[in-house]
Amino acid sequence: MSEKIKEIPPDLKERQREGFKLEWRKELRKAIPVKERMKIPLQKMPTRDAEERNKHFQEVNKGLNADQAQAEAKRCLDCANPQCVMGCPVRIDIPAFVKLIEAGKYVESARKLKETNSLPSICGRVCPQETQCEEVCNLKKATGVGVAIGNLERFASDCEREQEEVHIPKIPPSTGRKIAVLGAGPAGLTVAGELAKKGHQVTVFEALHVAGGVLVYGIPEFRLPKAILEAEVDYLRQLGVEFKMNYVVGMTASLDDLKNEGYEAFFVGTGAGLPNFMRVPGENLIGIYSANEYLTRVNLMRAYDFPRYDTPVFLGKRAAVLGGGNVAMDSVRTAKRLGAEFSAIVYRRSRVEMPARVEEVYHAEEEGIEFHFLTTPTRFIGDENNHVKAMECLRMELGEPDSSGRRRPVPIEGSEFIMEVDLVVVAIGNSPNPLIPQSIPELKVGKWGNIEVDWDTMATNMEGVYAGGDIVRGGATVILAMGDARIAAMEMHKYLSTKKK
Amino acid sequence: MTKILRRERLVPNIHLIEVEAPEISRKAQPGQFVMLMPDEKGERIPLTIADWDKEKGTVTSVFMVVGTSTQKLTMLEAGDDIPVYVGPLGKPAEIEKFGTVVCAAGCYGIGAIYPIARALKEAGNKVITVLDLKANYLLYWEERLQAVSDDIFVSSRDGYYDCKDYIPQVLGGVLKGNKVDRVVSIGCTYLMYTCSETTRPLGIKTIVSLNPVMVDGTGMCGACRCTVEGRNKFACVDGPDFDGHSVDWQELFFRRKSYFEDEITSLCYWEKENLLKS
Repeated sequence: MSEKIKEIPPDLKERQREGFKLEWRKELRKAIPVKERMKIPLQKMPTRDAEERNKHFQEVNKGLNADQAQAEAKRCLDCANPQCVMGCPVRIDIPAFVKLIEAGKYVESARKLKETNSLPSICGRVCPQETQCEEVCNLKKATGVGVAIGNLERFASDCEREQEEVHIPKIPPSTGRKIAVLGAGPAGLTVAGELAKKGHQVTVFEALHVAGGVLVYGIPEFRLPKAILEAEVDYLRQLGVEFKMNYVVGMTASLDDLKNEGYEAFFVGTGAGLPNFMRVPGENLIGIYSANEYLTRVNLMRAYDFPRYDTPVFLGKRAAVLGGGNVAMDSVRTAKRLGAEFSAIVYRRSRVEMPARVEEVYHAEEEGIEFHFLTTPTRFIGDENNHVKAMECLRMELGEPDSSGRRRPVPIEGSEFIMEVDLVVVAIGNSPNPLIPQSIPELKVGKWGNIEVDWDTMATNMEGVYAGGDIVRGGATVILAMGDARIAAMEMHKYLSTKKK
Repeated sequence: MTKILRRERLVPNIHLIEVEAPEISRKAQPGQFVMLMPDEKGERIPLTIADWDKEKGTVTSVFMVVGTSTQKLTMLEAGDDIPVYVGPLGKPAEIEKFGTVVCAAGCYGIGAIYPIARALKEAGNKVITVLDLKANYLLYWEERLQAVSDDIFVSSRDGYYDCKDYIPQVLGGVLKGNKVDRVVSIGCTYLMYTCSETTRPLGIKTIVSLNPVMVDGTGMCGACRCTVEGRNKFACVDGPDFDGHSVDWQELFFRRKSYFEDEITSLCYWEKENLLKS
């Protein structure tokens, strides 16, 4: 599945050029010479103390203060040829919003962000900026340390919300066209926001009882507070988006039923909701969870507050999380917060191959998480009550690169050893959820069950049906899902504009 | 929010809940289930759909009181709302003309098997219903089941109805006296297990409706994974119906008891907070 990122649309490019030429931007550039700007040190994100925060669920990052944000914004050189925009899957006009922060116009900065990104306070927290916009920053090329764009994105959008300056843009008169969005995750929320702003009547159908998808059941409070997400969902409601919760399209109603109700265009953003397991003996012992189940119990169902909330979760003393991605980091840090004395990542490759964000790995290490690299479980061993008590592991070494370009882990013969554990979380990825493809047989899917799309338009093989995010990609990031969603929303708008009622 | 239209005790410890859910009532098929939450702090639990009325837009389930969630449900009355009621979920039961089908059920399964028996009868099968009770006063819906069955046997440990045998003996007797093409069994795990073991040597296809712990009910979490034919299956999207001869029953038994101690803690906490205060 390609991670296709499209060229900057010509109109956006034009707007960026115009922005660069604005008088106030020129003045800012003149005010501080490039050499001076390059001397300003990177502003460190303030965090809660590791030994305090690994016992509760409050947000780890506290956000830059205004002085820090100003200093960080000044580090941006406002280049004539900014590379950062090309690194962003949704093509945020990054220099524009950063320079608005430098000018002290925080609320305007947030509004600039919202022109291209419906959910900036979320992206400012969970996007892997270090491999996207920040990776290609010209300042990084020059000095080795780029502008902390993500922290600035978070700062501006938090200011707008905290100052209660969130404003509802003027929405054109209703087009009277009904659009159904399947799934209230990052892709669905983005499509809903974009199309509502064009005056369409958007309904989001969500299977769970809370909107947000992976943002609510997966990403923990300590990385993305629920209140932030709720504010974003509220914003969409104010844009006129209707949410139908507890509604599984394909089961509660078919796509044809929705067509009969007058829905004319559809976006499928139902995510990669089918967890993969290791397929080794003993994996169904008690105390072994998929990351989805573990995180859903804790985040969505609030098992951390059991028995005040009814849903329980095992509180392991010795927790092993299998995998090396962000979901694995979220799980292992959650286990620590729920009282595990030993909470470890067990990953079959080495540190450099880990897909998790550097920041998450760093925070995890600070919090006392152990890392066991080049290790893979071969079987799980249960006690007399069939609760997992240990896993047999094998040491690995790195061989030749595989299809992902990473060096393939190869087992070292005779290296078996026993690791004592009473909680295991399997965080080795997900497959696309089968409910939608099963319920719409004419929808074309690939061999992994992912919906096939034309990457230029995100259109499926069915007229008026578009898809994006993990149901297409199989398991990617929030921002790539949102990038797909923006393309789909533009195309859906075009489709409805040319289609007769 | 979903409105409750009726909630009543059918027999000790087994209740009926009927809700207003027009869309679900239009889609419901025998063998499917709903996920619900009794209140904002509750668990998401699956209940098999026991009946529905497309015209009135209502859906009915029968449940046994086992933990906090089901205890909470028994406190609700007509007019109350519950925050989560989603469905219909799971694959529908296979309904065809098989010939002669035995429907074997106990406890909440007596309600759950009713729409399957009804559909099998409508499809032209000879339906023989076998019900298993701990005691005579636990029988309900016998008239409804009689109406869709060609024959019905009720066994309770006190011998009040037809006999007092356990289900393997009753089912074994029925299988001896009839050429049976298929058995469908719903009830507690042990009942479904013993039915499957009774038919295994005879090679009669036996369908069971598995009841593992679930969280989302749409395939997302894998809490309900069961080993069937040696492979991992999710009861919520691959089932809940499976071939009883292929199920790893021992695993299902222990996985169902995963939260045994937590369930007691939860119920004690809830009783202390809610029943003792008033």
